[in-house]
Amino acid sequence: MSGTSSRYFIALFDSVSHVLQSEKLLKKAGVSHKIVPVPREISSECGVCIRFLPEHRDDVENALAGKVDKFEIRQL
Amino acid sequence: MQIIYFDNAATSWPKPKAMIKSMADFNANVGANPGRSGHRLSVEAARIIFNTREIIASLLGSGDPLSIVFTRNATESINTAVRGLLQSGDHVITSGMEHNSVMRPLRAMEKQGIELSVVECSAAGSLSPDDVAFAIKKNTRMIIMTHASNVTGAIMPISDIARIAYDKGIIFCVDAAQTAGSVPINVIKNNIDILFFTGHKSLYGPQGTGGFYIRKGVDTMMEPLERGGTGSRSEFEEHPDFMPDRFESGTPNTIGIAGLCAGATFVSAMGVDAIRKKEIALTELFLDGIQQFKGVKIYGNMDPAKRTAVVSFTIDGQSPSDISLKLDEKYTIMSRPGLHCAPSAHRTIGTFPEGTVRFSFGVFTTELEINIAIKAIETICRESTNK
Repeated sequence: MSGTSSRYFIALFDSVSHVLQSEKLLKKAGVSHKIVPVPREISSECGVCIRFLPEHRDDVENALAGKVDKFEIRQL
Repeated sequence: MQIIYFDNAATSWPKPKAMIKSMADFNANVGANPGRSGHRLSVEAARIIFNTREIIASLLGSGDPLSIVFTRNATESINTAVRGLLQSGDHVITSGMEHNSVMRPLRAMEKQGIELSVVECSAAGSLSPDDVAFAIKKNTRMIIMTHASNVTGAIMPISDIARIAYDKGIIFCVDAAQTAGSVPINVIKNNIDILFFTGHKSLYGPQGTGGFYIRKGVDTMMEPLERGGTGSRSEFEEHPDFMPDRFESGTPNTIGIAGLCAGATFVSAMGVDAIRKKEIALTELFLDGIQQFKGVKIYGNMDPAKRTAVVSFTIDGQSPSDISLKLDEKYTIMSRPGLHCAPSAHRTIGTFPEGTVRFSFGVFTTELEINIAIKAIETICRESTNK
């Protein structure tokens, strides 16, 4: 951990239900991630989002695509 | 004397130990408001609710946990659908075996300009799908009916009626208060648009829990009953339109849902098919035991495979409330006398306004308890003839 938040990506969702649905899919796919409060500088879609490292971006997209209604990936 | 609880159709009891533990654990170790804050306890509370959606969705045959909405009970769910989908000029069809949870919201909407047809059932409480098809009009918007009567236990031909509704593009709503968890049901295979469930009966959760399944596409047609805080889209003053937040406002009954999660997990582990089989056997034992007693009249279909574990009966010369009181005081058997919140069902089977005595069994009911009850009823019958 370098300590700079810019190393992270986040996935934003409509609601906490969608975050938890995604958490299950990511766990199942073995993609490491963390549920964190949505950073203040990001427009809040819900209280929490999923944070992950840039190298996992494709894995996250693959695990969620077509299974979770709507999500948006952004770089911090 | 050991309590014999035969009032599972009102609420199941006892509850699985895991259900009681789950509620205590939530209070002791989680406690937070689900999804309202980003901290770990809030996320854990939201996770409990999500897990409950998942298990209920799987028990009802829906592959989508977000198709499940939580409410206080089946009644709130039914009111949401009736008030959220129907408009003046719409025609609605229901059956003559309904609980007041369906009948009263419909009667209230009748005053606001909806047209209601109540399809009559036979004296045994069974419904003919042809009669439902015959009642359909050009403006029929909804068919709403019970999956099984809470008075006679009669299981309704919902898959046949679903097909009729589907062919005509009519919204089909099923009240599964008496069946979710104890009779196999599949919302996708049976083409059910909305299915109302309660948490505290055959799903073995606590009172104050319930909800509904709603098919994708029907959800956007239905107005929510209430709007408010959801923890999502907080910057907007308009209520979110996505599931399940569209129909869930305000802090939920998380402790109750934690209990429901454990109750539904218990049901899932035991298997709805196995529960059904057990309840059919218990019902058969009871029906066989009391039907030969002089003065006993049993209502509904005598085939236990065509009813839930509910038996309504009367004894000549004694009122249902007197019998129920005797059963409680002398035999510690808990039963429910009267109309069971379903006057139209009692009119159908010819027991209005006196009602019946209702026994309803559950997964914790034993053969020994049923045999004790059979003997008690035999004695009560004898008291009647000796008068």
